[in-house]
Amino acid sequence: MNRRKEKLIKWLFTVTAFASLAFLVGIVLVLFKEALPIFKIISPKAFLLGTSWYPTAEPPEFGILPLILASLWVTAGALVICVPLGVGSALYLHELAGNKQRAVLKPVIEILASVPSIVYGFFGMVVLAPFLQTAFDLPIGLTAFTTSVILGVMATPTVASIAEDALSYVPRSFREASFAVGADRWQTLTKVIIPAAGSGISTAVILGMSRAIGETMTVLMVAGGSAVIPESIFDPVRPMTAAIAAEMGEAPVGSDHYHALFAIALILFLITFAFNIAAELISRRYRLKLGLSR
Amino acid sequence: MHDVNIDHERQMGMEGFHPALVRGPVGINLNSLGEADMFGSEPKITARGVNFYYGSKRALNNINIAFAARRVTAIIGPSGCGKSTFIRLLNRMHELVPGSRFEGEILLDGLDILSPACDAADLRKRVGMVFQKPNPFPKTVFENISYGLEVNGMTDKRAIEEKVVDSLRKAALWGEVKDRLKDSALGLSGGQQQRLCIARCLAVSPEVILFDEPCASLDPISTGKIEELILELKKEYTIVIVTHNMQQAARVSDRTAFFLMGDLIEEGRTEQIFKAPRDRRTEDYITGRFG
Ligand SMILES: Nc1ncnc2c1ncn2[C@@H]1O[C@H](COP(=O)(O)OP(=O)(O)O)[C@@H](O)[C@H]1O
Ligand SMILES: [Mg+2]
Repeated sequence: MNRRKEKLIKWLFTVTAFASLAFLVGIVLVLFKEALPIFKIISPKAFLLGTSWYPTAEPPEFGILPLILASLWVTAGALVICVPLGVGSALYLHELAGNKQRAVLKPVIEILASVPSIVYGFFGMVVLAPFLQTAFDLPIGLTAFTTSVILGVMATPTVASIAEDALSYVPRSFREASFAVGADRWQTLTKVIIPAAGSGISTAVILGMSRAIGETMTVLMVAGGSAVIPESIFDPVRPMTAAIAAEMGEAPVGSDHYHALFAIALILFLITFAFNIAAELISRRYRLKLGLSR
Repeated sequence: MHDVNIDHERQMGMEGFHPALVRGPVGINLNSLGEADMFGSEPKITARGVNFYYGSKRALNNINIAFAARRVTAIIGPSGCGKSTFIRLLNRMHELVPGSRFEGEILLDGLDILSPACDAADLRKRVGMVFQKPNPFPKTVFENISYGLEVNGMTDKRAIEEKVVDSLRKAALWGEVKDRLKDSALGLSGGQQQRLCIARCLAVSPEVILFDEPCASLDPISTGKIEELILELKKEYTIVIVTHNMQQAARVSDRTAFFLMGDLIEEGRTEQIFKAPRDRRTEDYITGRFG
């Protein structure tokens, strides 16, 4: 009886443990299966580097370069905002904040991370876009810039909390060793702690980047939706996620348009996958460097 | 071979001791043991009436002790008796613990190092520290040593290089790392890492070196090397070493202090402490009856 129970429990845990793997494999298989047919009518090169995205024109054009550039564009803009804010908050929390401030700030940052993206999108549409439109005298407030600001704020908690973890992994003994040879706090921070946490901080930045490039609802609401190659940060753009979300509903199942959208999703997946691998490699190197584990 | 060397050193210490020359620090009552003999010179460090608290928890009670210049003083006692707490006061490392507080004074060549007027960074250049677990920076061997020079404002590359080599030599590590200066310090063995930490400490030219159980994580051979090094270093530096290992205290130290639950129970010449302890608790501890 007991034996059976044990076996059952073991089996249950095995299933749960492998479930994520199964999901991942399933998703990847579906992505490939639905994406690949588009390459029967257009070469991967023409698809990636084509500059016109007119999927419903006659004949349709499936060049996704404007979408890729839009994604990279808003993500880069988001980084400009979330890296200083996120790393700055992490340094403040780790180095300067007293226990009381930390007790307030950490939960605030976590709450910021848990605000649903539609709320950010709504805020961007209703508050930020009109403000930027008047402030910069733009024809339209929904632009790459607006999107970058919102995405940057959204990614800040990710960067802050991972960077703070990285800083707190730096063994206390390094700090002590630095003080013991007469270094001050600032020297210790810039010459010992930050370099030691450096790869962890880059991991934070990469994950913040994944967060920004994969975000959908917000960009759908504030990016402006124009599928042309952006020339200025104040152009409306259509990032990859927004294109998929906006068009999937109208693309007939099994059509070329439908397969093209899957191909965009596949490319997006590969980009974030590469980001995550990079983050993993860097953080592994960093743990090795600190002698934390193998 | 090794032991013979050490005995030799210890006898030299004995010979240098002339009772007529012994003068204790004036006006300090060293736990009623009479004036401590400082081997004929002024004490390098004198602690008077030192109390220490972690929050409301008292960790040191009225510690009075003096450390002889260019001698080794061992601090022994069971775990948690306040040994680390005490020596971390000597270079103000206690300041890294929030909510801690002290009373009393500690004089280094007459300077009150605990007073706010004394700069902690300047003090730590004079009073270096080697920790229980080797803690080289995740940098190269060279950078580990040059770091202390750079943060103290040395910019001349040649001078830095010379000082690095000199420190590694003094720490008896040069031969083993001279071809590995650009390799990560974390690739060295534990014993080498600890000697690197000693070299790092020597580079900033301290007068006093504090060792907090420097061999606790090392094998006997590495331990032997560190002990030899300590005996060599005491020619130039005043050394305070916390150790769990009574044989080690007997081998390397000139004087020994026994701490118990935040009190300094007894302090005296190492021979006296080990052969004729005055306090029953000291005797119990060194004969292994507790602790
Ligand atoms: N950072 C700290 N906060 C609170 N209590 C501490 C701290 N460090 C040490 N203590 C306490 O102070 C006492 C003395 O500790 P310590 O000086 O580390 O002893 P030892 O080095 O002799 O083993 C112990 O009871 C220990 O629990
Ligand atoms: Mg200790």
